[in-house]
Amino acid sequence: MARAKQAAKTGAPPAEAAESLGKDRLLGFYRDMLLIRRFEERAGQLYGMGLIGGFCHLYIGQEAIAVGVQSIQEEGDQVITAYRDHGHMLACGMDPNEVMAELTGRSGGSSKGKGGSMHMFSREANFYGGHGIVGAPAPLGTGLALANRYRNNGKVAFTYFGDGAANQGQVYESFNMAALWKLPVVYLIENNQYAMGTSLERSSSETHMYKRGTSFRIPGEEVDGMDVLAVRDAAKRAAAHARNGEGPFILEMKTYRYRGHSMSDPAKYRTREEVEEVRKTRDPIEHLREQLERDGVADEATLKAIDAEVKRIVADAAEFARTSPEPELSELYTEVYVEAAQ
Amino acid sequence: MTDILMPALSPTMEEGTLAKWHVKVGDTVAAGDVIAEIETDKATMEVEAVDEGVVEALLVEAGAEGVKVNVPIARLSGGSSSARPAPPSAAAPEAAAPVTAPMAAVVAADPELPEGVTMVKTTVRDALRDAMAEEMRRDDSVFLMGEEVAQYQGAYKVSRGLLEEFGERRVIDTPITEHGFAGLGVGAAMAGLKPIVEFMTWNFAMQAIDHIINSAAKTHYMSGGQITTPVVFRGPNGAASRVAAQHSQDYAAWYAHVPGLKVVAPYDAADAKGLLKAAIRDPNPVVFLEHEMLYGQEFDVPEGDDHVVPIGRAKVRRTGTDVTLVGYSRMVGLALKAAELLAAEGIEAEVIDLRTLRPMDHATVVESVRKTHRLVTIEEGWGPMGVGAEVIARVIEHGFDYLDAPPARVCQEDVPLPYAANLEAASLPSVDKIVTAAKAVAYRA
Repeated sequence: MARAKQAAKTGAPPAEAAESLGKDRLLGFYRDMLLIRRFEERAGQLYGMGLIGGFCHLYIGQEAIAVGVQSIQEEGDQVITAYRDHGHMLACGMDPNEVMAELTGRSGGSSKGKGGSMHMFSREANFYGGHGIVGAPAPLGTGLALANRYRNNGKVAFTYFGDGAANQGQVYESFNMAALWKLPVVYLIENNQYAMGTSLERSSSETHMYKRGTSFRIPGEEVDGMDVLAVRDAAKRAAAHARNGEGPFILEMKTYRYRGHSMSDPAKYRTREEVEEVRKTRDPIEHLREQLERDGVADEATLKAIDAEVKRIVADAAEFARTSPEPELSELYTEVYVEAAQ
Repeated sequence: MTDILMPALSPTMEEGTLAKWHVKVGDTVAAGDVIAEIETDKATMEVEAVDEGVVEALLVEAGAEGVKVNVPIARLSGGSSSARPAPPSAAAPEAAAPVTAPMAAVVAADPELPEGVTMVKTTVRDALRDAMAEEMRRDDSVFLMGEEVAQYQGAYKVSRGLLEEFGERRVIDTPITEHGFAGLGVGAAMAGLKPIVEFMTWNFAMQAIDHIINSAAKTHYMSGGQITTPVVFRGPNGAASRVAAQHSQDYAAWYAHVPGLKVVAPYDAADAKGLLKAAIRDPNPVVFLEHEMLYGQEFDVPEGDDHVVPIGRAKVRRTGTDVTLVGYSRMVGLALKAAELLAAEGIEAEVIDLRTLRPMDHATVVESVRKTHRLVTIEEGWGPMGVGAEVIARVIEHGFDYLDAPPARVCQEDVPLPYAANLEAASLPSVDKIVTAAKAVAYRA
């Protein structure tokens, strides 16, 4: 059955030609990434205004990953991630109004205001959170994969975590069982170079995250996480591997977050120049935009129309999140337990 | 001449079956030779000779059941003088007796049971297995995972026969990886399955406590009711015997502290079965605390596959008028024994088995205290911030005026459980300690 592929850098396999995807698909990626970018910018603004409390971890800079992976998922595949989760939720198709209203802790939020930024879920969108504990999504996602195998339903669990979480023991406990039982799970390690304020080099003896499955015989690839088409391409291969019963696959998504770890992080551990350099040369949205214009897929007017649509969606979401009432006090004691239907 | 004694193959073994002799009278044996096979309810083990000599007599026939630990089973003659001194043979059967005595006869009628139901003597171990098997037959989404649950038949033989009936899809041996497999169980539950996650003991679940609390207990609330985590975490809890501090701990108070969890700790086999069935059917995460020292004890269990005991109801196991004794799990047995001794001194104790710690049925306790006016709580865990503290707080909140004396707590002494037999005994709750506490609150000391 499954052969133990060596962990390998990619770059070699031919990327899917942009034109073969069709104009609508490509514009869709652009729109979805831009939606996340604008949504997160607005969330940052609302945080500054005191409308969002607690921790708020923004996905700005990493948009290509959630959008690229989502684009190859099949109906019924599951997604689970940690607390930098707004982007994944929007990519999954969750309503921006509900996501933003959850950030503001309102009754219209996807968890009725009881979860907040780090704890959102959608059964409908097969989004299983939204988890505040670093590393926890790894076994939970592997458990989703166990359920897929148990039901033999052909679905894949896309399990995200960061380069910081990759040093948690439970990640390796999960790798071991996933490989041992050939579970249909794709691990997406979003390597944004910093575990909160500690750089990869300062926290990891092996900085190549795609090799982290080697001792479990899990194949891994390094992917340019700032290129939505490269992400899509790699995710497609990894998903096929998992879906075919060959077991887990690791994709190290090389990426960068433009903002601090959370809203309260001034990010003094890196230079302004470093951030500016990435924004100027590797920005995933600018990259796709240039490509679309260069290849004649979209003219400026089309892109501007998308910009305007996204701006309106985000403005509406912010308005909804501001005006949605706080949860009723009676909600305090609901949903602690599921009422037994015995 | 040297007596070979029935060996104890585990810290809690009291008796076993001498399955087979590998030697006969007249054979010469050397130290290390396999001389017999012994079966317990947990395992079959070979017995090796410790001394050398000639087999002079086989004192127990092959196939003999219920052979008590430390009873002579064979006699060697000659050989070296290294024979270990045989303990006084009369001591062994007596030592085992009080622990194994079934306590089911105390309550005459159980209103929860249908009339005319046939009762079957069943060990707690088999009752738990039957509960799982019945629920797995009933619902394909129920499966068991944990260390040694499948091929080994369970570290404590609770899952005996399940692999054979249900196959490896539904009875899953995990690596030794509690944090990981607890998380996998919760993830599978989020996807709609109903996992039973067995911890070899609850001591090892501390590695997994993050998933029990942060992932299982809180997700339904945090998701605004969208995601459920119907998982049962189960295994032996509390002090076994002579396994010392890291392997002897009562987690009842730890988990009963957490909203979103249900916490169950049965005493007898009927409750073990009926509550485990309820736990498996429950749409919430349930922490199910068993007790190794109870696994081998036999009790009456109603026949059939429909014995489900509702979670959240305490049970009055003995009625009395003078003092209320409240415990759970193995402590109920001690309380019943203490009640007998107290009765001989004219103090009628009412014994309440909490059975479920969250949600706690304090109404039954308050109702009892209204009658007895005196309260003793018994738990195997430490006292501070414990189950007894909670019971007493609730009685004060809901029945302050009923109390005629300050309540007392019997619990593990406030130390890590020591290994030495005398210190261990001094540390744990005992029948004597319960009797003393009951007399104190009844002002009869």
